[in-house]
Amino acid sequence: MLGAVLLGFLFSLFLVFAGSYFRGKLAVLSSLIPISLFIYFLTFLPQVSAGEVIYENHEWIPSFGVNLSFTLDGLALLFALMITGVGSLVFLYTAAYLKDHKYLDRFYGYLSLFMAAMLGLVLSDNLMSLFIFWELTSISSFYLIGFNNDKADSRKSALTALGITGIGGLLLLGGAVLLGDVAGTYRISEMLMLRDVITDSPHYLLILLLIFGAAFTKSAQFPFHFWLPGAMKAPTPVSTYLHSATMVKAGVYLLFRMTPVLNGGEIWHTILISVGAVTMVYSAFHIIFRTDLKGILAYSTISALGILVFLIGIGTQAALIAAAVFIVVHALYKASLFLITGIIDHETGTRDVTQLAGLRKVMMPVAIAGFVAALISGGVPPTLGFVGKDLIYEATLHFKDNAIFLTIIAISTNVLLFYAGFVAGVKPFMGKLPEKFEKLHLPSPLMWLPPLVMTLAGLVFGLFPGLIESAFAKPIAMTQAIEFEDFHLKLWHGFNTILGLSAITLLLGTVLYFTLKPKHALENAIAKLDVIAPKDLLLKLSEGFAVFSRLWTNFFQTGYLRHYLSIIVAFLILLLGYLIFTDFSLEIDFSTLTELTIYEISILLMLLSGVLYTVFTKSRLAAVAALGVVGLSFSLLFLFYSAPDLAMTQFSVDTLTVILFVLVLYKLPKYLKLSDTGLRIKHGVLSISFGILITLLILRVLNEPKNTEITEYYAENAYKLARGKNIVNVILVDFRGIDTMIEISVLIVAALGVFGLLKLRLKSRDKK
Amino acid sequence: MKTIILKSASSYLLPVLLLFSVFILLRGHYLPGGGFVGGLVAAIAFVLDAFSNGLDKTKSVLKIHPGFLMPLGLLIAFLSGVSPIIFSDLPLMTGLWVENPIPVIGAIGSALFFDLGVYLVVIGASLTIIFTISESA
Repeated sequence: MLGAVLLGFLFSLFLVFAGSYFRGKLAVLSSLIPISLFIYFLTFLPQVSAGEVIYENHEWIPSFGVNLSFTLDGLALLFALMITGVGSLVFLYTAAYLKDHKYLDRFYGYLSLFMAAMLGLVLSDNLMSLFIFWELTSISSFYLIGFNNDKADSRKSALTALGITGIGGLLLLGGAVLLGDVAGTYRISEMLMLRDVITDSPHYLLILLLIFGAAFTKSAQFPFHFWLPGAMKAPTPVSTYLHSATMVKAGVYLLFRMTPVLNGGEIWHTILISVGAVTMVYSAFHIIFRTDLKGILAYSTISALGILVFLIGIGTQAALIAAAVFIVVHALYKASLFLITGIIDHETGTRDVTQLAGLRKVMMPVAIAGFVAALISGGVPPTLGFVGKDLIYEATLHFKDNAIFLTIIAISTNVLLFYAGFVAGVKPFMGKLPEKFEKLHLPSPLMWLPPLVMTLAGLVFGLFPGLIESAFAKPIAMTQAIEFEDFHLKLWHGFNTILGLSAITLLLGTVLYFTLKPKHALENAIAKLDVIAPKDLLLKLSEGFAVFSRLWTNFFQTGYLRHYLSIIVAFLILLLGYLIFTDFSLEIDFSTLTELTIYEISILLMLLSGVLYTVFTKSRLAAVAALGVVGLSFSLLFLFYSAPDLAMTQFSVDTLTVILFVLVLYKLPKYLKLSDTGLRIKHGVLSISFGILITLLILRVLNEPKNTEITEYYAENAYKLARGKNIVNVILVDFRGIDTMIEISVLIVAALGVFGLLKLRLKSRDKK
Repeated sequence: MKTIILKSASSYLLPVLLLFSVFILLRGHYLPGGGFVGGLVAAIAFVLDAFSNGLDKTKSVLKIHPGFLMPLGLLIAFLSGVSPIIFSDLPLMTGLWVENPIPVIGAIGSALFFDLGVYLVVIGASLTIIFTISESA
């Protein structure tokens, strides 16, 4: 399985070098990757539907419990087949859709990167690797959404999507770490046994909120839904693949996966049902106001995702099965509708439903696919959509609280989704063909076959629901670890309430389709409400943040070195002053101090005179020289207190510093008044108080009992282990060699910084 | 600062100081010294030469830009760090030693090469900084 996951990554890496071969006719060959993966995962179908779970473990960072462990159960297999199956069709479709595009190879690279990440996500048994693949899907989708990177709004939507899903990724990391901490393992399969430990832990609510945050951002739930319509700026294959069938379902997948681990009663149900319900109704109503085909599909996708979250929230066996079936239904019809939209857009150059009509006359196979897709989406028998819709009603009707209310909102959402499916799949093909479209012709079969295949699959599964039942529905129900009764998916249940509800849905949907026509006026009307939409609120928040950070930066980043120094020193004074003021005791036993020697007195005098001369001299060069005297006095001090290494280093560093200063200052004008008396007094007060504080602090340190363990260890082992007699040097090059390694790297970075700053300025000055 | 005394002295001082810096580098393991101080002394030697003979002259003595010493030094230090992994399957930064000490240089081990790397990085970094600043001032 590791190979299957890595194949996509390797292929995209391979395209970096061999991309130019995949731009032309050979492009279609890259679909071999998803097709072979699809076949590979199909071979597992008999085993998995028999109830087997396949594990595979590869050690990665075992000391942190982070491993590449994969598990293939019913849920993972469903998603894996969806990812590779829809992926194969999208890969084929792209070869015709983006034919002769300059960067077709790049597109395939991103697409296979995404596919691999997505496969890794659904197969991961380890929360940490799941998180990594989760982030990889966000990143690769950023490139896909912003594929038309010469357009400003395309770049902006890519950023918005990355921002929202990126926040979700962070939340997931937080949730995963907390969950791993509580459970003591990152393996999801081990967490299943620890459900009580997790739901009883004090962090349970926090874990729940973090995981929900991740799922809601990824699956575009209210109020994070707005990135999805924006992401429709991407080329149609991307919208098809990422934003209908796979990536947006990652959040749903996570909730599914976590149901047996985290489902701990009331709060789980309440949050998921309410967020799901708000999302599905809110975005279903938005459909009415859209005239762009992709906009309609985007909002109906959000609504469908809302239904899924809602069903997982209900959490009964019926609801979970309904969700599993609905995932398949939605993938089939929504991906087909997106592909059909892509064909229409590609051939006519518009996606405006008010202008499109009569296209069946020029592209019959597409019209058939559109019609069947609309039937599946509307839940018309005998398609799989009908089975799915019945299951949803069954779940809502038998839920313990508010069954009637939940059923009513489910019905109204379904009515609107019926409308959406027909507007997108049927309306462009009906009516009279406008003159400007008469010269159109059917595109390459690579484009119209994929949607046709998918819709026909929806029809076949509808006629034989047993296929879905044994392959996915039952194995998935087993992964959910609920009290599991035997069940059978059926197209025909006999005359009962649910059939009545279905009939009502179909009737209302038909009426809505024939009475309500998409109009631009409606779209403009809703645009006025944008001011209070979550999107604008969040955008304003981010703008406010930018304003705040600009003010903050302008306050601190004045560009004056002395200002920076003053702030740093003042901050330290405040902190240290507080510490010393609140908790400070100092005892100096004067009797233990040795007497002052003549050396010490003379060094002290040298130091003092150096300092005073530096401060009061009028000449800049003299100040630098005096500063050198201070430094050299210090190195003498080190020498007397038996630290020859330190003394040597201090001596050379000081020599170089003085040289550096002289080099810079030598060519400056002789005298420049940089500060007035007031400022000098302020700086003086600041430095004197800082000096006093540091002195007090050092005296305080001397009061602490000496810890000689470390010193003794080094003294003992310097020669034994490292064959050196100079402990200081042995520490530098051996015991703490990696520190030194990093320090010299820092040194190099500093030198490069100086070089870059000054040389770049020199060059630009030379140009003038 | 073109004084004759400094100029004639520096032509003798440069090799002597450089030799001294190597001496400091080598004695570092047993006595005060080491790569860092050695590197600083060598850098001072070149700066002194630049003072008396002019920057261009020193640069032509150096042949290459001192900046190139930085990656070279880092590479040597890094290789000496990973050499135990490569040669004897020991953890990173384990000291490796040649059994018999070599005359003049003394015992040779991976620590010496590490220090040599530090020495080169320090020369490279400080000379790069000083040369760049003095050119642009």
